[in-house]
Amino acid sequence: MMPPKIKIIAILICVFLLSYVFELVRRKHLTEEYSLGWLVTGVSMLTLSIFEDLLKWISDLVGATLFTSTLFFFGLVFLMVICLHFSIRISALTNQVRRLTQHVAILDTEKENLRKALGDPSFEDVAPRRGKF
Amino acid sequence: MKTETLEPGESIASGDNPGSSKEKKSSMSPVSDVLIIMPAFNEELNIGSVLEDIYKEAPGIPVLVINDGSGDKTAEIATKTGAEVITLPYNSGYGVALQTGFVYAHQRKIPIVIQMDSDGQHDARFIKTLIEEIRKPDTDVVIGSRFLGACEYKAGLLKRAGMLFFGAIASLIVGRKVTDPTSGFQAAKGKAIEFAASDFYPPDYPDADFIILLHRHGFKVKEIPVAMRPNAQNKTMHRGHKTLYYVFKMGLSIVVTLLRKKPESK
Repeated sequence: MMPPKIKIIAILICVFLLSYVFELVRRKHLTEEYSLGWLVTGVSMLTLSIFEDLLKWISDLVGATLFTSTLFFFGLVFLMVICLHFSIRISALTNQVRRLTQHVAILDTEKENLRKALGDPSFEDVAPRRGKF
Repeated sequence: MKTETLEPGESIASGDNPGSSKEKKSSMSPVSDVLIIMPAFNEELNIGSVLEDIYKEAPGIPVLVINDGSGDKTAEIATKTGAEVITLPYNSGYGVALQTGFVYAHQRKIPIVIQMDSDGQHDARFIKTLIEEIRKPDTDVVIGSRFLGACEYKAGLLKRAGMLFFGAIASLIVGRKVTDPTSGFQAAKGKAIEFAASDFYPPDYPDADFIILLHRHGFKVKEIPVAMRPNAQNKTMHRGHKTLYYVFKMGLSIVVTLLRKKPESK
């Protein structure tokens, strides 16, 4: 059977993780979209830590000799899924930032050209508007 | 679009005062249907002479410099010579800067876009040749190749090997000789400009994969020989990227491009 020390530590970690994720969502520091992966991970690990029979059954199923390796294994798999999810989101965000950068730069140039055409007295006919202050 | 035949010697300058390019801000004259786009990152040493060269060799054609968050006087110098300058708020890389030019051209419905590098390795005399070629029917993209004709360009062994390898793959898929897929000296017109402004465009730097993509979307890509000067800094080819990453990125990009469903028409 699983050593009680490990069981207690595993349960404590899972409970802490779950309550922390809930708190983050409540304070709006974490969106529901991103909390999903963490909640699923936390709940699954907690279930496996509490119900040893289930852990034993899964260990036999995947052929693990140690219960703890089953826990580690599933923990790792969940983390990998979460990381992949992040990579996907980062790719999308990168794309959006690229579009924004381009459009902001174009709009800025056109705005300056309009100001110049209108004879805005505060218009300075030197190019760099960013970078050096 | 203009339909009258254009002599290579005078191309777009017709109706424009030949000396006008010397005057400040004359470069955005509405006469021309061509726009030269030029990404520039910290090129204060070269960009002045590069731009003057363009005004001399291709008078009357407006130049748009996309200042890729340079920390030096690139934007000031370009503005002084009479180029339009778009400044990106931070350094975003060659491909993003270049695409900004295509987005701008697409928004303005400019019929023909020439892309050039700002480090002076592209010979401004060939702008006319590119325009002449791109105006021909059944041509959407013209690539100035340094390997097609007489060239004095020397690249490192690994770079050349990489260029040759991916060029060969692109040639095989496109069914036409692609000798210089990394060339930053190109011309595009019409729908090809819209395509380059779209999300299909490779965000880091366009290469053989984009040529294959163009081909699969039904665009006619053509190469013409141009002379290029070997540039001292030697940074254009992989644009600061590691060769190994380049090989990986190109390989993966070509494979997934081919795996995507072929679009029916452009």
